[in-house]
Amino acid sequence: MTTGLKPKHQRLALLVVALLALIGATLLAVYALRDQASYFYVPADVAANPPEPGQAIRLGGMVETGSITTQADGVTVQFIVEDGEARVPVSYTGILPDLFVEGSGVVADGRMDANGTFVADNLLAKHDENYMPRELEGMTTAEMREEMQDTVSGSSQ
Amino acid sequence: MHIYANPARFLRIAKWLTPLLLVSGLVLTGSALLWGFTQVPPDRLMGDTVRILFVHVPAAWLGMGGWTAIAVASLVELVWRHPLAAIAARATAVPGAVFAAICLATGSIWGRPTWGTWWVWDGRLTSMLVLLFLYFGYIALSSSLAREGQASRIAAIFGLVGAINVPIINRSVVWWNSLHQPPSITIGQSSIDPVFLWPLLAATIGFSLLFGGVVLARMRTILADIQAEARLRRKAQKADMNADLQSDGATA
Repeated sequence: MTTGLKPKHQRLALLVVALLALIGATLLAVYALRDQASYFYVPADVAANPPEPGQAIRLGGMVETGSITTQADGVTVQFIVEDGEARVPVSYTGILPDLFVEGSGVVADGRMDANGTFVADNLLAKHDENYMPRELEGMTTAEMREEMQDTVSGSSQ
Repeated sequence: MHIYANPARFLRIAKWLTPLLLVSGLVLTGSALLWGFTQVPPDRLMGDTVRILFVHVPAAWLGMGGWTAIAVASLVELVWRHPLAAIAARATAVPGAVFAAICLATGSIWGRPTWGTWWVWDGRLTSMLVLLFLYFGYIALSSSLAREGQASRIAAIFGLVGAINVPIINRSVVWWNSLHQPPSITIGQSSIDPVFLWPLLAATIGFSLLFGGVVLARMRTILADIQAEARLRRKAQKADMNADLQSDGATA
């Protein structure tokens, strides 16, 4: 017993070192990929690095409240995508997804035109992480709690 | 831990634990889904589409949990050489792959009405698809090694290396912009209304019990296979020996 290490402890140490190396390599790869692996650009990215007009990009952000206007043809909508730092006007012709409403998230495929408007060929609605039933929408937390207590006590009677 | 590494003791426990897990899992999953599909109100934006949550989230959790279990079993196998660890890892792979596939399928069905697309190549969706392919690779590798009767150490290394994908799936919506929404449930808080959260938790526990039951049943099958094979081999050897004796007698 010169080494003082049991074989299973040797194996454990070897595996821990190998796994640490693997995790380190992965973290480096993830760090290097952080821009390329993003699914879309936010308006702040577009403002910082304006893309060439005509270059295909994906733009994502929130639909600014009160910004949706429908053109006379009835199928072209214009709205503003914002992320709290920058705003990009967007124009889209086609069928809107059901979840496309003011104040919610949107991801648009398309390109910038010469006037700085983003012309989208495809719109995807982005769902946020909140799930709530229709009846509770727009209530404050206290109101919600009251409503739920009413429901619970009502059903038990 | 050594107590559970004894196959005979494991079989004694698994004999009653397997039906217990399967039955309680079926009952809990069934009632949670019934609750979620009929009693829960529709979501403010998604309407009835929200109900797919009760299958999608448990499936995602078990798809990732399955690989985590494979990784832990692989580590135990490589370091402590427990005889049951390799069998546990092999038994987990197929149910894990099934749940990863259910997660992708239900997510796609949910995505069509909600996002407006069946599939996008964003970080979350892509890394989940990679997990499904890792499962396929693991199943092919471990079952071919088992057929050849070789040591399962290569499969164990594959299980450990593949585990690096699990935290990537988990963090993908935080590290990168993605179409998939960020996590709704983080430690200690949830942005899912309690009306949806409770049936979701019940379904998750129910599916997990079912998963455990299936894994135990598969482990028992693999152990029975190994036993039957050993018995056949002994029989064949005995027959060979008898034949040798007889042929010796004939030549004499």
